[in-house]
Amino acid sequence: MNTADPKITIAKRVAKELKDGYMVNLGIGLPTMVADYVETNVTFQSENGLLGLGPKPDDDKIDRDISNAGGQPVTMVAGGMYFDSAYSFSLIRGGHVDATVLGALQVDERANLANWMIPGKMVPGMGGAMDLVTGAKKVIIAMLHTSKGEPKILKECTLPLTAPGVVDMIVTEMCVFEFIDGVLTLTELSPGFSLSDVKEVTPADFTVRLVEEI
Amino acid sequence: MGKIISIDECIKLIEPGSVIMVGGFMGVGSPHRIIDALFEAGTNKLTLICNDTSMEDYGVGKMVVNRQFRRVIASHIGLNRESGRQLTANETEFELVPQGTLAERIRAGGAGLGGILTPTGVGTVVEEGKQIIEIDGTKYLIELPLRADIALIAGTKVDESGNVFHAKTTRNFNPLMAMAADLVIVEAEELVKTGEIDPHLVMTPATLVDYIVFGGVS
Repeated sequence: MNTADPKITIAKRVAKELKDGYMVNLGIGLPTMVADYVETNVTFQSENGLLGLGPKPDDDKIDRDISNAGGQPVTMVAGGMYFDSAYSFSLIRGGHVDATVLGALQVDERANLANWMIPGKMVPGMGGAMDLVTGAKKVIIAMLHTSKGEPKILKECTLPLTAPGVVDMIVTEMCVFEFIDGVLTLTELSPGFSLSDVKEVTPADFTVRLVEEI
Repeated sequence: MGKIISIDECIKLIEPGSVIMVGGFMGVGSPHRIIDALFEAGTNKLTLICNDTSMEDYGVGKMVVNRQFRRVIASHIGLNRESGRQLTANETEFELVPQGTLAERIRAGGAGLGGILTPTGVGTVVEEGKQIIEIDGTKYLIELPLRADIALIAGTKVDESGNVFHAKTTRNFNPLMAMAADLVIVEAEELVKTGEIDPHLVMTPATLVDYIVFGGVS
């Protein structure tokens, strides 16, 4: 039995993917938690217009002119930079962002991603997500394996796509999947989860090539 | 004197049915005094071009609740439930645009470009009704420029001739919008004498700015 907070398990594992020197854009929610576990020297980009995103400020040090893409107050680390929205998305779309970490509603075995709307129910808009997954060198999906028991890693997405064929890696509390030569591949199992546990909640076809934990 | 006008004069310049661009990102870098006055005036049938519709009780989000928009072009409306309700109920027309595409369409509108080519949105509902061009094996959407009758932007520091410094993350869409509208009005947080802003820090030049609103002075 794995008693760890599943979201922390996910955030810690994603953090290991962020190498020294990377420029990284983290989505809102679970992906934002990844920053707390990064031990390498990475620079966080925020699409509303800054490079060098720092942690949340103490309440008495809030500067309303520095916010993240969710409009929440943040800080900037030494050596950062501010820019306008066209510059921000030139960084993103132009392939200068090494990795983006985003949540998902659905991912399928062809690396298709759906994470921006549920027709008739929730139409928040895509914000920067479509640009991020189109332009970032590595697209990492950080999400709980299921949503209220419903599988999210499917044979084919049923929701409108954010982009086709863009996902490189999926990290859930149960396991890690990577797309190797375009094939959805299970590469790691989290402690306390077995292959059959994963299969039970993963309708997508996948191959298994487990990497031994170091 | 010169470009400085009162809030009341500013509001009179914005006629019902106008297409307005409003700077800001979740209200950060938005001209809040102008927005609040426009909310009070109730000017309606407007088309809004803005990154997002903020929240119900903040910035342009209040104007959504007040039913002042006939049409909204934005990248994100998810933090304003009233936007979602009006969209689902077909009460207001929403065009949702990927954020980078929105920035580039506004830039194109101000830069004299006939449009831009972007890979963003290919293979999604965003491509519907758009021309697709393939260059060196990559598909791109042709996205058309956006322009407005009036751009309402915010400046942290504005000089009396209209040069603007946008601090920190308040810059966002403001300099882009100042290029892409027939009339540009900047709301100044701080007003200084011409020459008091280091030219290196001028992000929106005075030549693009028609009017300055500062603290409601007349």
